Amino acid sequence: MIKFNKSDKEKKQKEDDKLQLGRRQFLKGSGAALGAAFLVACGAEPAASPTAVPTIVEKAATVQIVTNSYKDVVLRQIGTGVSSYNEVQEKVMEDLGFTVQMTALQTDENNQRAITQPDSWDVFDGEYFSLPLIVPSGNLLALDTSRIPAFDSISPIFTTGKLRPDSVIAQGTAPHKVMFVEGAGSTTFATEQTGYATLIPTIYNADTLGYRPDLTGRPIESWAELLNEEWQGKTAILDIPSIGIMDAAMVVESAGLMSFGDKGNMTKEELDQVTDILKEYKAAGQFRAFWKDFNESVNLMASGEVVVQSMWSPAVTAVKAQGIECVYAPLKEGYRAWGGGIGLNSNLEGVALDAAYEYINWWLTGWAGAFVGRQGYYSSSPENAKKYLTEAEWDFWYDGKEASVAMIDPFGTELEPAGALRDGGSYEDRMGSVVVWNSVMEEQDYLVQKWNEFIAS
Amino acid sequence: MTPDQLDDHANAPSVTHTWRTRSLLHAARPYLLASPFVLILTLFLILPVMAIVVISFWRYSSFVMTPDFVWDNYKIVFSETYLRTFLNTFRYALIVWCLTLVIAFPISYFLAFEIRSNRMRTALFLLCTVPFLTSNLIRNIAWIPFLGRHGLLNSGLLAIGLITEPIEIFLYSDVSIILSMVHIYTLFMVAPIFNTMVRIDHNLIEAARDLGASQWRILREVIMPLSSTGVMIGTIFVVSMVLGDFATVSIMGGGQRASAGLAIRKMIASLQYPTAAAMAVVLLIVTLLFVSVLMSFVDVKKEL
Repeated sequence: MIKFNKSDKEKKQKEDDKLQLGRRQFLKGSGAALGAAFLVACGAEPAASPTAVPTIVEKAATVQIVTNSYKDVVLRQIGTGVSSYNEVQEKVMEDLGFTVQMTALQTDENNQRAITQPDSWDVFDGEYFSLPLIVPSGNLLALDTSRIPAFDSISPIFTTGKLRPDSVIAQGTAPHKVMFVEGAGSTTFATEQTGYATLIPTIYNADTLGYRPDLTGRPIESWAELLNEEWQGKTAILDIPSIGIMDAAMVVESAGLMSFGDKGNMTKEELDQVTDILKEYKAAGQFRAFWKDFNESVNLMASGEVVVQSMWSPAVTAVKAQGIECVYAPLKEGYRAWGGGIGLNSNLEGVALDAAYEYINWWLTGWAGAFVGRQGYYSSSPENAKKYLTEAEWDFWYDGKEASVAMIDPFGTELEPAGALRDGGSYEDRMGSVVVWNSVMEEQDYLVQKWNEFIAS
Repeated sequence: MTPDQLDDHANAPSVTHTWRTRSLLHAARPYLLASPFVLILTLFLILPVMAIVVISFWRYSSFVMTPDFVWDNYKIVFSETYLRTFLNTFRYALIVWCLTLVIAFPISYFLAFEIRSNRMRTALFLLCTVPFLTSNLIRNIAWIPFLGRHGLLNSGLLAIGLITEPIEIFLYSDVSIILSMVHIYTLFMVAPIFNTMVRIDHNLIEAARDLGASQWRILREVIMPLSSTGVMIGTIFVVSMVLGDFATVSIMGGGQRASAGLAIRKMIASLQYPTAAAMAVVLLIVTLLFVSVLMSFVDVKKEL
């Protein structure tokens, strides 16, 4: 996922300036900083040990020393872009005093980097479904949850898979299945909660189809509409195997073309069948395009090339922000959900590791949760995000109530006028209707091979 | 023996020795001169290509590659889908080659023979290269608002009443891919043809004219044979670039069209390196075969 904002160029410039400034400051202050770092490394060693690391929640007097030692810390983060924002980077600098360099990549590239180039990153920001691929490489640190004070505030979707105690666990790579490993240094997923986590969730959402009501002329209420002849040549699906296959499964199942034992873990026969159906529709000209990044989906929709397609929530708001009607359809079959989080490189140590834990904790304190919440994502710790959202914002984004004032995104664009309702309703309504998660399956290699065949056919 | 003689004797073997070293050096000189280049080629071309060949026989699962000798990857490459992908790639290459040749030949002819002043010729040739000041990707993307369903072209045609419904085939189709490729690659055909044409001896043309040849006959029997090397070189450029292209196919095809290059890219992105390697090996062999056939028609050395 790559997120480009309208003022991208301007921001890039700002970023460049900042980088340069950072370098200059670094050169200027490096003498003193080196000295300080040396002192910390030798004398103040105990202060940097795990137990003594003050968290943001409990800002003690000792913070000063530790913050000083963080000054030279630069954490290199690779991510899918959903949580890579300059605003976040600036706020981290302000609150924690160190730099997080964010590189936004496409989903597969992100996984590829995480697995094959562990020396090129410190912080991994990715999706839960990537974990069955990444964790066996041993590049991801098993996070000690006792170092994460806000861990208990994390939504149960991530820890038990159930939003409410009576919820049915959705199919696919549900985050809780890959949330914990058996112990420190382990690369085996634990079946229940342990003190060692793979990723700490940051943001997630329930995805569905987006459509242009002005061009369809009627509401879209089922996944099956993606294959409806009425929209021939005007639909699009996303071309990321682990996500696209789930949308495709929802579509063919809803259209009554086939059924699955477990959509989250298809058999070879099921994969053959679903890709054959897709190929058939492709050959008949059903699809206008396949998109791979956020921006493409916005352009396809805004230009009217496509009237109904797989979409991500902020892409819908980006289309709306251009003054074009676009609905993120609540469909009767339910949502496909995804969850993202941050994890750390297992080669981190010392001050950098402490800083990295601080960074994770910072994500849970609420500022960041509110920041992403204003774009329609959910925070992994809704109760903390609530502290930073206005009542009107909370009511609109989480409670599904009418917006009492216009909803403004973090970049100052008005997303919804006063009186609007969130598509799909409240947090409970949306996250409670998740039927499937983005998935990595046992037949993953076969899935990717068949998917690529469908795209190439 | 006088000390002088002794000296002479002592010197003799050392003289032959230096002579021998010198002749050895002399013999080794071309090899020594070539060695830096050989080293660079070995390190950055031969070894990586060998690695690709080796990996194409490996097994993989998720992200772990296991050294092995299996033909599985080639089985995938030679499956129906990818054979069709290859055919499609060759089709693009053939169409783009024809179009670029048809466009480039008159342009080169005009530049080489119709423009008298050297300065003007250079200026006009430089003008041809202006589009290259922006990147390929941007030149691709720039076509999208023009060709789209609600794009400039469709709205223009609708406005003058030539069509009643927007024509969808303008964008995200073979049409848009080929259009964009021709746009991007024509210069690679113009440059070598122009280059050979400007070096045609004008006396030959005058001689032909003096012997009563028509303009058409001069073109056919003097200019065309003499510029064929340029055409061949241009062909090698254009065809090998189209065979390896993935960006144009991806952007202008709306992610729905396939080419060998794009298939390789997708395999790499999904971490299926061995299959990507097998596909690359097949593509490399095809391209090399094609180039070697063309090379047998031209004497590149003569051209350089």
